[in-house]
Formats: sequence, C-alpha cells, structure tokens
Amino acid sequence: MPAFPTAARSALADTQLRHNLAHATSTIRAKRAAVVGEVEEWEELRLAGAAVKEAALRDLDTHLVRLEESLTARGATVHWARDAAEANEIVARVARDHGADEVVKVKSMATQEIGLNEALAEHGIAAWETDLAELIVQLGDDLPSHILVPAIHRNRAEVREIFLRAMGEVGRPAPADLTDEPAVLAGAAREHLREKFLRAKVAVSGANFAVAETGTLVVVESEGNGRMCLTLPEVLISVVGIEKVVPTFAELDPLLRLLPRSSTGERMNPYTSTWTGVTAGDGPQEVHVVLLDNGRTRALADDVGRQALRCIRCSACLNACPVYERAGGHAYGSVYPGPIGAILNPLMKGTGDPQTDSLPYASSLCGACFEVCPVRIDIPEVLVHLRSKVVDSHRDDTVPKAEAVAMKAAAWSFGDSRRLGWVERASGVAGRVLTRFGRTTLPGGRSAAGRIPGPGAAAWTGARDLPAPPRESFRAWWRRTDGGRADGGRTDGGRS
Amino acid sequence: MRVALMVTCVNDAMFPETGKAVVRLLRRLGVDVEFPAAQTCCAQPMVNTGYLDEAVPVVRTFVDAFAGYDAVVTPSGSCAGSARHQHGLVARRSGDAGLAAAVAETSPKVYELSEFLVDVLGVVDVGAYFPHTVTYHPTCHSLRMLGVGDRPRQLLENVRGLRLLDLPQAEQCCGFGGTFAVKNADTSVAMGADKARHVRETGAEVLVAGDNSCLMHVGGVLSRQQAGVRVVHLAEILASTEEGASGPPGGASAHPEVELARGEQR
Ligand code: SF4
Repeated sequence: MPAFPTAARSALADTQLRHNLAHATSTIRAKRAAVVGEVEEWEELRLAGAAVKEAALRDLDTHLVRLEESLTARGATVHWARDAAEANEIVARVARDHGADEVVKVKSMATQEIGLNEALAEHGIAAWETDLAELIVQLGDDLPSHILVPAIHRNRAEVREIFLRAMGEVGRPAPADLTDEPAVLAGAAREHLREKFLRAKVAVSGANFAVAETGTLVVVESEGNGRMCLTLPEVLISVVGIEKVVPTFAELDPLLRLLPRSSTGERMNPYTSTWTGVTAGDGPQEVHVVLLDNGRTRALADDVGRQALRCIRCSACLNACPVYERAGGHAYGSVYPGPIGAILNPLMKGTGDPQTDSLPYASSLCGACFEVCPVRIDIPEVLVHLRSKVVDSHRDDTVPKAEAVAMKAAAWSFGDSRRLGWVERASGVAGRVLTRFGRTTLPGGRSAAGRIPGPGAAAWTGARDLPAPPRESFRAWWRRTDGGRADGGRTDGGRS
Repeated sequence: MRVALMVTCVNDAMFPETGKAVVRLLRRLGVDVEFPAAQTCCAQPMVNTGYLDEAVPVVRTFVDAFAGYDAVVTPSGSCAGSARHQHGLVARRSGDAGLAAAVAETSPKVYELSEFLVDVLGVVDVGAYFPHTVTYHPTCHSLRMLGVGDRPRQLLENVRGLRLLDLPQAEQCCGFGGTFAVKNADTSVAMGADKARHVRETGAEVLVAGDNSCLMHVGGVLSRQQAGVRVVHLAEILASTEEGASGPPGGASAHPEVELARGEQR
C-alpha cells in the first residue's frame, strides 16, 4: 500500500467517486446535525459517554477478567487472541469442528481488521457478508471505504451492475429485470441472503459493546440481517476487541444514545440485539467469544493516544472530515479510514512503516472530527502527538530528511528575532529572484511567483500562485518608521 | 492597559500590511499598541509538523517577548489558538517548570483581533468604510480552536458600504493546514478548489478571513483560476476609512481596492 499522498491521488482524479462521496457525506452530515441539535444536553451526554469508556479503559484488565467469568458462567467459551493470526485460527478451528464450509457474518470491523474472510477462505470456508453494504463490497470484489457505509463510494447504478454480475456466482442470482431502484435492489439482496441464513450452521459476529458484569454482548445494526445471524445458526462465534468492554449494563445508556445520532443520524437504533451466553432451546446452542488484542494494548500504553480506544465506530468523524471527503477511504490503506483511522492505525501497528507514518499527516488539523466525536476523542491532539513520534523515530537518521533540516533552520531563526530579521531580508531578495519564474500578478495588483521548480515550491505552486515576499518586512517597517509615527502615514505598500 | 501586537511570522515576512492595519485600527480606537521587537513566531509550524523539541526555544522566545503585557493581540486565529492551546503542551514536554509557569501566565492573554475588539474593547462598530461585496470564511482555528463565533461577522456588518454575502459550506476547511498544503498538496488543492468554487458562487468581489495563511492558499487558487476575486484580511477592511490615506498613521494598504475606495472619496 502506498503512502497516503500517493494513494489519495487516484481518488482525487475519480470524478464519480468524488461526487458520490461529497453527496453521501454532506447528506449524512446534515442528518446528524439535525438530530444532534434536538438534544439539549448533547455536550453533557458526550462527556458522560467519554467518561464511561475512559473509566472502562483505566481498569481494562479487571473488567476483562470479569467479562470472561460472566461469559463462562453463562455457558459461552472464551478465547484470547493476541493477534490476527491467532484469532483467525480460533474461528477456523471452531467452524471446522462443526464441519462447516460456509459461515454467515454480521457486519464487524474487528473481523475485517484481522482479514478473517480471507483466512477462512484458505481453510476452504466461505464467509458470506449479510450487511447490505458489505454484501455490495464483497460481491464487487472491492474493499470497504467507510466504517458504517462500506459501499459509500458506489452509486445505485453501480450496485445494480454488481448484483447482476456476481450474485449468481455465489448463490441465488439477481432477477434479470433488476432495476436500480433502492427498494428493488434491497429486495434482490433479501432473497439472495435468505437462502444463506437458512442454510448456515455457523455465524460470525463482532460486538459493539461487551458488558463485564453480565457477560452480555451487544450488536447495533439497521437492517436486521445481523439479528438473523445471531439467532438462526446453531453456533455463534463473536470476535470482540478488548476495548469494547463496559463494566455495567447501566453504563450502556449514554453510549446507546450517542451512537445512532452520531452515526446514521437516527434518533434511535432500529435493531439492538443483546445476547448472554447460551440459552437452552433458543438461539445458538454454542457460543464462542474471541477477545482480540491485535495492537490494542500497544495503543493503551500511549498516554495521549489511548483515548482513541474510546471510539465507538460511529463514523461521524469520517463524514465530517474534508480530507476523507476528497481522498476517500481506500487511501488510508486500512479498514479504519478517515480521522480515526489516521490515529488508530499508527497506535495499534506502531510507527516505522512509511504508509502508517504518512497517516498522522493526512489531516489539515481543522478540528471537525473532534467537534462531532460523541466520545470526545481529541483527534487533532493525537495526530500532532503521533507526528512527533514519527519525527522522533528519525532523530538518529544518518541522513536527515530535508524537512527536518528546514524545521531546525526555522527553529534557529525563530529562536531569536535578530536572526529572523536577517532571514526576512534574504527572503525579500530571494522573492524578487523567484518571481522571475513565470512572473504573475495577484488580483489586487501584488506580484506573485508562478510555477517554481524544486520539491516544496513545486508542490505549492503547481496549482496555486504564491505572493512574492514584500520588499520590507513588518519589523523592518516598524523600526524604520518608529511604528508609522515617523512615516507621515505613507509606506510603500510592500508591493515589489 | 499595555497592549502588544503579535504580528505572526507569516504576516511579518509576507503580509506586513495586515500588521500595519492592526496598528492603524487600534490607534484609531485609542489603543497605543506596542510591537515587542523580540517576538518571532508562535511555534505552530514546528508543533503541527511534529518537531516538538524544536518548538521549545520558540515558545521561550514568545513568552519572553510578551511578558508584562496586559493583552497580546494578533491578526491570526491560528496563531492565537497555538499560543492558547499548544504552548502548555510544549512547555510540559520540555520539563522546564519555569517555562510552563511563564506560558500559564502569558497564553490566556493572547487574543485574536476580533476577540480583542469585541470582548476587550467592547466595540463592534470600528468606524470602517469598505464599499464592496464581501464573503467571509471562518478559518478552522478561529472557529473551532478559539470559538470566535460571530464576532467577525458583527464587525463586518458594521462596516459602512460593505455588503456581506453568505458563503456556502463556510465551515469546511479550505485545505491550507500548514505543512499539509505541501505534504498532501493534491488533497489540499482539491479542498482549496472547492472553497474557491463556493466563493465564486457568492458573486462577492472580496473574500475576507482572519488568517492570511488560509487566504494565501485560497487566494493562490483563485488567482491561478483567474477568478477575479481578491482576498483581504479582516484587519485591513476594519482599518480602512473614508478619510483614507490622509488618515492616521499606518498608510496605504497592500490592497489597491482600499486605495481605490479612498480615491473615490478624494
Ligand atoms: S473517533 Fe469518534 S467520531 Fe470517529 S468513529 Fe470513533 S467515536 Fe465516531
């Protein structure tokens, strides 16, 4: 996977994608803003949600042990997985033990994070996504590009094509007279999926929350397909990130109120399923819970970054992010795209890989993500913190990056106003030289540099004019004129 | 009240007219603003790029330069935000308790221009004259880091001759973002181009904002598009008057339309 700036380029050039994304994110932004505006005590609710998750993370070990006890007491089998390979192995083993060659899946970020579908395929087990958007992505042989709306980058004409082409290869084909009406498309998906629900012996899910005191897992969804998976098959395997734990049932309250308004812009969630171990004669008769670390303890160990583990995957930050809106989800090279992905990936994987290291810089630090985050994750703060980790990891490089040299030089000149004065005089001279490259004039008459060659300058001037530095800096003017007092009210206006 | 101007490194080197406008404006309002010559930069370029160690001497220079003033006013929402919200972090990381104390003393006194005018001086009508159609972009750091709210609008609405037009999707980032503009130039330009499109949709002659960095970016895109829209800093609009160049010290603006406006009065 290339680093973000490169990966973003193809999305930026794709006009259909740009249009789909801008349309979808602005629609959902408006919906969210409207329903959040209805809640008078929204800020208090955010604080309450953040506090619940923060407290849970503080004593994570205790709560996890408690969760294991409650789950076991209710007849579930608990497995611990340190990484993706261990988790995938556990799921495959359980499925194989039941002779399953296919499983139905509830939409789950954790299973995508560990690449479960691909791992099961290697064991000859087909994993069928049952969430409508995930189904579109799976049938389209595509990657999800959004946490909540994985097919956000597709429009309905594209969906129709995918259904017609691919459904028949893996099950019930789409009807030949399929139109691109959303209801008709949903109807075809329903028929296709029903066969799979009724046939599958094993289901795989994630969980939005795991309640330690009762051993209850919670799945929040909009379509009801998840509930079909959670109740019909005989065996249920739930892969749950360890940060999903909440100590008590009552603490779900703020979270279940914050989530739907932030994520789908709905007042209440359509389907909230809770299941607690095994109930004789009702639902799955064998329940396995895989508690997954896969970098979460690494994130937990980072003082500033650990707040990212509060994330309830509502995707509000994606919808609010101007960078995500242009570059799309795939550019982040992970199942966690957008602002949360830009911090979660480096936190869980650690810095050092060029792709991961590019993510904290994939933000203009505009703050829109923090403004909408229901659990108040200060994403800009974590981004800056992670940037400092990336920089620090290169401090001992034998050949420093041009940027590091530039920053050290800037720090040197900003460390003392006299040095800054010299630099400004030099920049005035350099500016007059640079304006010779395709000299141009800004609206209003100030002269500007056109396209300037060289790495940093070309990146700016490729598509933007750059004003030429003025002949005289502010500080030089102040000194020359005693702050304008000795100037008779005229200055040369800085135009060169 | 001793008031210091924090001109910011970008204004100092690239947009001195904005600093002169602040001086002219504040003097007109009876504030004898000083310019502590020891000032350099708010350290934001280093902090936001991840060079926290490099930021330490810059923050130290900052607090030394502005110690002892009752208020520090700056024509930049971004730099005010940096002083108020990032200096503490840099000082803590340096482990220097003296620096942390100096930051705690100085940073709450830093005001962005519109905050200073409305909250400290208590004025919304600064007696300005600017006979043009204008649209206002609330830069992200003014909007979210500082929460300047509608103060700039209140000030603009009281400028004689000025017609203020609503900017569609005003609260979306323009795409400047400091080094983001260079590190992720393609995405930055895509964001800037959308902002420029919205500006053009308003039909305004002038785009105004409280941060020259954002204006330099959007203005650079508008200029390359030959869009015929000028960008002007809020301070320069608030400083312009019907008396024009014969007015108080500070002199002519970098922006000829201001002079033109004055010319019409002559
Ligand atoms: S970081 Fe916040 S806004 Fe983004 S997905 Fe997580 S909870 Fe939602």
